Amino acid sequence: MAKIKYIEFNGTEHEADVANGLSVMEGAIQNDIPGIDADCGGGMSCATCHVYINDDEWFRKLPEKEMGEDDMLDQAFEPKSNSRLSCQLIVSDDLDGLTVHMPEKQV
Amino acid sequence: MIKTDVVIIGAGPTGLFCAHQLGIIGLKCEIVDNLDKIGGQCIELYPDKPIYDIPAVPKCTGEELTNNLIKQIKPFNFNFHLSDRVQELKNENNKWLVKTLNGKEFETPNIVIAGGVGSFEPRKFPTKSTEKYHGKSVLYSIKDKTIFKDKSVVIFGGGDSALDWAIELSNSSKVTLVHRRDEFRGAPASVQKIKELSDNKTINLITKYSIKDVKGNGSLESVEIKSESGESKVIKADYVLGFFGLIMQLGPIAEWGLNLDKKTIPVNTENFETNKKGIFAIGDICTYPGKLKLILSGFHEGALAARGCFKYARPDEKYRFEFTTASSTIKDRLGVKE
Repeated sequence: MAKIKYIEFNGTEHEADVANGLSVMEGAIQNDIPGIDADCGGGMSCATCHVYINDDEWFRKLPEKEMGEDDMLDQAFEPKSNSRLSCQLIVSDDLDGLTVHMPEKQV
Repeated sequence: MIKTDVVIIGAGPTGLFCAHQLGIIGLKCEIVDNLDKIGGQCIELYPDKPIYDIPAVPKCTGEELTNNLIKQIKPFNFNFHLSDRVQELKNENNKWLVKTLNGKEFETPNIVIAGGVGSFEPRKFPTKSTEKYHGKSVLYSIKDKTIFKDKSVVIFGGGDSALDWAIELSNSSKVTLVHRRDEFRGAPASVQKIKELSDNKTINLITKYSIKDVKGNGSLESVEIKSESGESKVIKADYVLGFFGLIMQLGPIAEWGLNLDKKTIPVNTENFETNKKGIFAIGDICTYPGKLKLILSGFHEGALAARGCFKYARPDEKYRFEFTTASSTIKDRLGVKE
């Protein structure tokens, strides 16, 4: 279990307890947190669950990007070097306290 | 005006199997899809990825599944209207009048929406200022490459479309290729070619930059790009091209008066009809208690929606349930000789 903080582009904060094994994307969808669309349902084929990890330390601590994630991020709305696809961030106790920021929009 | 029993919106697996079921029960249909090829998400998003949960098919790729479905409906000779999109629906005397973007018109008692998560559209630049140049000097696809001759063209993107067009247009235009990182996702040979063209100064390659703004006085004059650390550059541009892949958007479906639940359409599970008589929704785009976004669920939904269509297409006939193994009528429709 990890407490994940989701911050919308307009600054609205949401917190959710997300079970281990779920993705950060699923944590948002299951808790009706707006700002993450996840059109493809977690297949790493749409780039609409894009988030920023603004804290450098957290960004480095996250599991490394698999092949293909950066390719999808190329197609996201305003990708930056701290961008991740939240469907690829699998929750474990290690992610307790993670904060993700949502982009202005997903498309 | 084409008169038909059913217009199917979406040529993905669900739409294709629904067409099969319509053919089996003796109805005609016309299939419209925004993509230039048949197969929907299976062919656009994951043609090479194996699928493991098609009943009785332990493993097949999106492309194989699509090809088999096309083969399965071949006997019915249904028409496909590709690279087109259903734009407008109007109800007149219990018939739906359907208009497409390319100006085709259908008259039908039934519409089956098998539209997945919507139609595939090119992803656009995030910058608002590009909007007034859309379709003129800011483009997301190329129809006529001769317009770029001797012009300054700035291309954004790192995939095959961006690389291929940068290579192609570098013969006759002044090309700048801008990408947000150093790695490209295009084919290795194209990446190699781009590096050569950049080394010999045929193209201007700029990485770790993205679009900031476009400027012009009536016609486009330049594009401003920015790095993540805030540096910016202005590049002369007659044309700006963006190749960021495709995104699924609900599009005109949202304007037809259908009940919507987020991006999905609620249906009943008896025949998958929506709140509008004669409009059915199946596959990923429909929702009901217990809905699973699986291809196999889409097949089931298509089979039941087809029977729902029968009622409106043949109001004076009673639908008779038959098995393909036993019915000679069905075998005739399939053109099976025994």
